[in-house]
Amino acid sequence: MNHDLNQVAKTFQNIVYSIAPDVDYWSLRLTDEKHESISVRQGIMQPVDKQQARGALLSVVIGDGCGYAATSDLSVSGLTKAASLASEWAKQSAGMSLLTASDYPCPENTAHYETPVKQDWDSLALNEKVTLLQDANKALKINDSIVDWQAYLGRRCEDTLLTSSAGAHIEQRFHYIHPGLVAVANKGSITQYRTGGGSQSSRQGGLEQLDLLNFPGEATTLAEQAVALLSAEECPQGKMNLVLAPSQMTLQIHESIGHPLELDRILGDERNYAGTSFVSQDMFGSYRYGSDLLNVTFDPNRSEQLASYAYDDEGTPAQREYIIRNGILQRPLGGSSSQARARMQGVANARQADWFRPPIDRMANLNVEPGETRVADMIANIEHGVYMETNRSWSIDDSRNKFQFGCELGRVIENGELKGLVRNPNYRGISATFWRNLAAVGNADSFQVQGVTNCGKGEPNQAIYVGHASPTCHFSDVDVFGGAA
Amino acid sequence: MQNYFYELSEALFKQLTPNEQLLLSFEGEDSDFVRLNNNKIRQAGSVSQRSLCLDLIEGKRHAEACIELAGDMQKDIKQLTDTLKKLREQRAFLPEDPYLSFATETNNTEFHHDAEVINSHAAIEQILQAGIDLDLDLVGIFANGSQYVGFANSMGQRNWHSSANFNFDWSCYLTKDKAVKSNYAGFDWQQDKLLAKIENCKRQLDILAKPAKTIEPGSYRAYLSPSAVNEIMGMLSWGGFGLKSHRTKTTPLIQMLEQDRTLASTISLREHHARGLAPAFTDSGFIKPRQVQLIENGRYKDCLVDPRSATEYDSAINAGSEYPCALDLAAGNLAEEKILSELGTGLYINNLWYLNFSDRNACQLTGMTRFACFWVENGKIQAPLNVMRFDDSVYDLFGTNLLGLTSERELILDSSTYGQRSNSSIKLPGALVKEMCFTL
Repeated sequence: MNHDLNQVAKTFQNIVYSIAPDVDYWSLRLTDEKHESISVRQGIMQPVDKQQARGALLSVVIGDGCGYAATSDLSVSGLTKAASLASEWAKQSAGMSLLTASDYPCPENTAHYETPVKQDWDSLALNEKVTLLQDANKALKINDSIVDWQAYLGRRCEDTLLTSSAGAHIEQRFHYIHPGLVAVANKGSITQYRTGGGSQSSRQGGLEQLDLLNFPGEATTLAEQAVALLSAEECPQGKMNLVLAPSQMTLQIHESIGHPLELDRILGDERNYAGTSFVSQDMFGSYRYGSDLLNVTFDPNRSEQLASYAYDDEGTPAQREYIIRNGILQRPLGGSSSQARARMQGVANARQADWFRPPIDRMANLNVEPGETRVADMIANIEHGVYMETNRSWSIDDSRNKFQFGCELGRVIENGELKGLVRNPNYRGISATFWRNLAAVGNADSFQVQGVTNCGKGEPNQAIYVGHASPTCHFSDVDVFGGAA
Repeated sequence: MQNYFYELSEALFKQLTPNEQLLLSFEGEDSDFVRLNNNKIRQAGSVSQRSLCLDLIEGKRHAEACIELAGDMQKDIKQLTDTLKKLREQRAFLPEDPYLSFATETNNTEFHHDAEVINSHAAIEQILQAGIDLDLDLVGIFANGSQYVGFANSMGQRNWHSSANFNFDWSCYLTKDKAVKSNYAGFDWQQDKLLAKIENCKRQLDILAKPAKTIEPGSYRAYLSPSAVNEIMGMLSWGGFGLKSHRTKTTPLIQMLEQDRTLASTISLREHHARGLAPAFTDSGFIKPRQVQLIENGRYKDCLVDPRSATEYDSAINAGSEYPCALDLAAGNLAEEKILSELGTGLYINNLWYLNFSDRNACQLTGMTRFACFWVENGKIQAPLNVMRFDDSVYDLFGTNLLGLTSERELILDSSTYGQRSNSSIKLPGALVKEMCFTL
């Protein structure tokens, strides 16, 4: 429980109707956030990055109008000014608003949630963390082909308190851990790099997550792979089988399932920036998104995933839902206000990336559920194909349909066996047909929790954390190719 | 705001011990953001934020922190005093930093453009009324307000940059993904200019109403508007011009360094700090030079060098960050008004979208066409294009296949608002290319 935030909320509740008498409904979301990141590059400790932010987002509804004001001034005068600014916007937007008063959720729940942590960040002293990173640096610098190397370890702790005129009082505390390893290898005009140790799979939790992310144990393997990629063959070209590790499935899910199913995109809010969607409202309930093997869930309950929470930022309780079941599209990724606009069932995914941005529909945790195939059997059944892991390039059209993705590392699959490394592995396809070529889904043994910390969207822009977990998956008839060299 | 920052700074400088130095970087904004969809208000609000970054130095040891300020002098001094104490404690446990670099010569600067440009409520009324009058499905973001950047150090240097400006970024939709994109940004809001831009959107929508054409994968002659060229420059900016990326061999322009590859001789690119939209000083107190020539007549010339890289690689500081924020691509000699006839038959590409590297070592890019792009035959627009994916090398697009750049250039003020409103900008021409490769 954050005493300071509770004090601000209490103060605001006492003054709100004297400073904003016209308001029909209000919500106040308070945030208190700390971030720390330690990094050692080429054996040299970099400046410690420490950030602290505290602020309030006040939203008010007057008639059919809604306005917000965000301020870091949490004094009575600061909140009074915010109430005045929010009210002015609410009054102007009444009559010009896309939403009506009944579209805005009015949460009334009381709740507490905190990320489970087994090993606290402070249980390891700063000098011990630096030693860990120095050791990782030594393990990364395997020979002169490694021209840049870095190990880092960060944490973020975010307290939020959502209160509302309807009686909501939802306190949540999130703990995030951000480890990572980078090895860059070069020979002449060829550079290859590998990232790992959690660099694309930050999690919620404490230092206990490090072992699960192979941090720093993966360092030497990553460096060896980066060096080996310098002399590896280019990825083969042609229509073939493609096996994606969870570290690439993350991006595949994110771009070609997550974004097109965001309800605010379908409703057109993002058309000027992040784009629209090839999916329309009438497709839900009947559209075949993928093969029978495709099962996708919105799952806020896996506590170590980046976007697990008890309530979203509109105060809607979060629960697991099937988004795609046996290949058929079930429901969109839309929070309460989008659901009201679209008159559809959705999920609790209205989220704000910073204390000063209003909530919009985000992906949160979006996972491909495990299947029944052992990865060894999956590979054994493939005559010719490529295995790829760890995303390094992503591009997709504004309807989230035509995509092209690239990975850090590939391996040829020949006659049921994984063969040597190939470099610059790329593939392209179309969302609307790609998932229908899902030929096998790995079992729970290959299931891994990953995530994205820079999902960009919204006007004004918001970069937010989202989680993706997936097993290894096999797709048939994919257009695969290598680099330009 | 400037006085607030300076008073806060003085209060902190008084708390230093004799061997300490303190660098303070201030950033803030008071901005209105109105999000529009279907020519109605989707979300409207105001944001007031200000943060202070402290770097507490003793010899070669230092500790840093960035704190959100409340705007209340007493409260802020209290929390910053606590922060100073913690930094002092932490610094004792940190090793010396061999790449620490900060200005020791005093260079004071001030830039003010503080007068309110337009009342946001009035601007929104003008925009929505134009949308109603022209029956437009208008979607986008209006941002307006003041931005502040300041620097102070305990050696007496003071720098300030504040600017009031607006950025309205929008598109008008015909149907599905068929739309026209536009932007009106600057320091001098004029309703007639706004209306002219919105009316121009309406005219282009009429062309978009024609049946769309889907081209087959292959190579096509193409004209890239300044907005489209800007997207390609954005990719080159991602590690292309920084000294660190060059020394660590991660630059996408590595073949210019290692194989002497060149672009067309008409390509000359500089970082034009003197444009003045971004602050002239860095967050460690250095004053930027007026410009840095990055590429000259198609050959790589200089890198952007931030203070840390300058120490690490023994070079001169010429930027606050190794990511450019004021690029300037030299004009060519193609007349914009004749561009359709110069294009002849091919693609008129107004916007590109979501670019990334398909092979970074080869500076090979992929990305999509977006918004109003057209199929042109014999110098006349025939049909709007359905979106297509390109995959091509910058060495071809701006090298062997570059036919020319336009003599007119466009100044684009970045509408990005991640974390805060951007103060980046770019000035550049359009480009006519002999072949551009499309794949999907």
